Amino acid sequence: MLIWIIFAAMTAAAVFALLWPLGRGGANAFAEVSDAKSLYRSQLAEIDRDFGRGLIGGTEADAARAEAGRRLLRAADGEAVPTGDSEPALRRRRAASAIALSCVPLFALLLYGAQGSPEQPDQPLSARLKSDPSQDFALAVSRIEAHLAANPGDARGWSVVAPVYLRQGRYDEAARAFAAALEHGGANAELLAGLGEARALAAGGVVTAEARQPLTEAVKLDGGNARARFFLAIAKEQDGDSAGAIADLRALLVDAPADATWVGTVRLRLEGLEAAPSTGASIAALPPGEQQLAIRGMVDGLAERLKMGGGTFAEWTRLIRSQVVLGDKPAAREAIIAARQRFADDGAALGQLDALAGELGLREPAP
Amino acid sequence: MIVEIGHFALALALGVAVVQALVPLWGVSRRDAALASVGPAAAVTCFLLVAFSFLALVVSYVRSDFSVENVVANSHSAQPLIYKVTSTWGNHEGSMLLWVLILTLFGALVAVSRRSLPTRLRAGTLAAQGFVTVAFLAFVLLTSNPFRRLDPAPGEGQDLNPILQDLGLAIHPPLLYVGYVGFSITYAFAVAALIDGRIDAVWARAVRPWTLLAWVFLTLGIAMGSYWAYYELGWGGWWFWDPVENASLMPWLAGTALIHSTVVMEKRDALKVWTILLAILTFSLSLLGTFIVRSGVLTSVHSFASDPGRGLFILAILVFFVGGSLALFAWRAPLLRQGGLFAPISREGALVVNNLFIATACATVFIGTLYPLVLEMLTGDKISVGPPFFNATFVPVVVPLLLLLPIGQTLAWKRGDLLGAAQRMSAALVLAIVSGLAVVAIMRGGPVLAPLGIGLGVFLIAGSAWDIGERVVRRASGASAMLSRAIGLPRSAWGTAFAHAGVGLSVIGIAAAAWSAEGIGVLKPGESLTSGRYTVVLETVTPRKGPNFTEDVARFRVSAGDRQLKPVEAMKRVYTARAMPTTEAGIRTDGLSQVYVSLGEPQGGGIAVRVYDKPLILLIWIGAVVMAFGGALSLTDRRFRLAVPRRAATRTVIQPAE
Repeated sequence: MLIWIIFAAMTAAAVFALLWPLGRGGANAFAEVSDAKSLYRSQLAEIDRDFGRGLIGGTEADAARAEAGRRLLRAADGEAVPTGDSEPALRRRRAASAIALSCVPLFALLLYGAQGSPEQPDQPLSARLKSDPSQDFALAVSRIEAHLAANPGDARGWSVVAPVYLRQGRYDEAARAFAAALEHGGANAELLAGLGEARALAAGGVVTAEARQPLTEAVKLDGGNARARFFLAIAKEQDGDSAGAIADLRALLVDAPADATWVGTVRLRLEGLEAAPSTGASIAALPPGEQQLAIRGMVDGLAERLKMGGGTFAEWTRLIRSQVVLGDKPAAREAIIAARQRFADDGAALGQLDALAGELGLREPAP
Repeated sequence: MIVEIGHFALALALGVAVVQALVPLWGVSRRDAALASVGPAAAVTCFLLVAFSFLALVVSYVRSDFSVENVVANSHSAQPLIYKVTSTWGNHEGSMLLWVLILTLFGALVAVSRRSLPTRLRAGTLAAQGFVTVAFLAFVLLTSNPFRRLDPAPGEGQDLNPILQDLGLAIHPPLLYVGYVGFSITYAFAVAALIDGRIDAVWARAVRPWTLLAWVFLTLGIAMGSYWAYYELGWGGWWFWDPVENASLMPWLAGTALIHSTVVMEKRDALKVWTILLAILTFSLSLLGTFIVRSGVLTSVHSFASDPGRGLFILAILVFFVGGSLALFAWRAPLLRQGGLFAPISREGALVVNNLFIATACATVFIGTLYPLVLEMLTGDKISVGPPFFNATFVPVVVPLLLLLPIGQTLAWKRGDLLGAAQRMSAALVLAIVSGLAVVAIMRGGPVLAPLGIGLGVFLIAGSAWDIGERVVRRASGASAMLSRAIGLPRSAWGTAFAHAGVGLSVIGIAAAAWSAEGIGVLKPGESLTSGRYTVVLETVTPRKGPNFTEDVARFRVSAGDRQLKPVEAMKRVYTARAMPTTEAGIRTDGLSQVYVSLGEPQGGGIAVRVYDKPLILLIWIGAVVMAFGGALSLTDRRFRLAVPRRAATRTVIQPAE
């Protein structure tokens, strides 16, 4: 509330500053002639001074004086008649006051109202540091980051920050943090599983070869690690082994402790798989039926559009990844070939396509 | 809360600027002084609001308030205080706010300079200035709002671009902006004159100090930017004909022409239309510079985060103000009363020649800068127009201009004596030729043009000195009489002499670059590398930790022949927040020359080192500072303290000659 009072006071002060000269009345005409006169008078003085110093000769000085005099006369021609407090002048003043009174608050409110956040207080760093750190999650994270920047060998710090990144959707950073925690703290099933998950999510949900390796290691260390088992099941599904995937997910549910929060996710996935067993296709955590059709429709639409021409490189890679997730490897292979032709003269893009093909297991046999 | 108040103040300022644009304009057209008097009040109010807003942003930066998006994107809590402050304008949004702040500051200055300005002209000028302010405030608020908030606030900022974490950022942009934006005032004056349909010596006299002020700051700003690029970018060049540099050079050239043409207008009531056009073009070129830098049509250190929406907005501003004023010019200029004709051989004639040359030089820079951009837009071909183009086009235009400069400087008004002036300059010319020959004899070699350049520089300095000397040492008289005459000379005469001598100094500095030398090698501690006159020995390479960076410091011993200079340190830094490496060159000044040491990558146990011998390089910037000093001196000339009869009375007392 206080801030609106301040805003109102500021607006009032600004409007008052504009109205003040209008209310004062006073001179209504411009003092043009006196302005001009004083200029030419000083110019005449300057000519005299130059002449006195011998900088210009007598005839030049006379000519210059005559010219300045002529200009002075010309300036005097423009003399305006003072308007005084005539009726139109008063009307004009009233109109000008109305403009000031309406324009200023209107523009201020429109522009500030569209973008301002009047309810949000200042948050200077020093004040935030003094307050309870558990209340300020972002600050706590960046403190840990600063600590890690200075002590990059602190495995515990990395293992604290890595899941936070994962939750925030910063998958690449999460993968780096898990890897750093493993490097400095030694193997640990939970961290390995986290690394696998981060890599899979960074690849758009595809369990790549890179992601598979830490996941397998995690299961080796701890056969009951649910996270690793879940993603390995998805890997099976990607490879077209729907039956294996379903079996693994069922086993995971059987082993699940009563209070596990991830059971819902696994069950959704399982239902999706069971609903479309023939193609072995499903999309992460999606119920069967229309939604899946819609997703497929979207991917097909993208494929259609890219086939017609145009499309950025990012769109092509998205299409290829989506087709792999949908289990449609032949289509993905076709898309890679088409993309190769499209970006034939872009070396960097071709390199990335090759890498992508390797990662997704799409490398076609040599022709 | 201060963030939100600052934001609101900015929005309020826009409303006030709208009033500033409309009401005084109405007053001018109705010849109603009461309406016109709203102009100054609005301009001052607008300035106060924008100043508050700017301060609010600075406070957010200093307090590392990461609930402000702009602070997060360009600041870091570990930065030293000075960089926290300068970060405010080390980014697109903040620098636009600084731009608007200076714009309104100039408006306020015009508003309070009651004495030196006719009220009617002031009202028209403030109205025109009001339109510019509205446009840029709208640009800031709608496309580049620095007060956007984040909730929840991140815990740490992303740091400022490391290249900008330098004292240069504290100096270069403010100076440059005062220069750029200062020309908005001359533009506003020109528009006011066109709307009014009246233009005379009063106008010229009123405009001149503002032009000079803007020019002085632009000169310093460009020089500072050039020195900054020289020591920060690590390859020892000081001017790259980069589009962004050209963008600042073009208004400078046009402004230089404008300073000279306003003199003619004031003294002879001539060149009116041309002067108006120049005033419009100068600010148009400033706007063009803004567009080039901010729209993302090119990438450089200056191009911040650019996005097409902003580019389009600035393009619209550019089209409106340039197109609008030129249309106004086409419509109203024929109504302006032309001054009398004048003789070609005279001071005014010489100034016309000056204007022609400078305008041509400006046009070559314009073509060299825009042609590649336009070509890329039309055909997609990327071509680069670099030093070879400008050496072949810009230099041949400027050299004759500089050769004629000392002669034009001594010509009398109205009817000059070319032969006499040339004769008077013969001593300076002889001195120039002698020094050129001396350079050839001493240096034995080097490019042919370099001694000519040195000679040209000497000619300019000697010519200026001679011009002043001749006025002081007139008729045989004692030292005290000469001193009093020297003091009695108008400050503008001294200003002219200093500014032209400054050009000479810069020319010498540029010419001497022909003898610069470069040495590259991979050094291990204890090994040495020689470049030109200097030898450096790598002593140690040690790691060091700064507030928000880590660096490797290489320490070098420097010697010139048998002379031992102070050691120098060159650094390679990595700024942690952005994981971005920068090089910090080590520079040792030796008289007017410098040794420049810059580090490359580590290679095979050693580190790559580049050493440059830069003879007389400081003269380039010293020359610019002297030029600016000349401009400032001219600014204090009492002729500009206009118009109060009381003063005219006191003036007669100082002048015994009357």
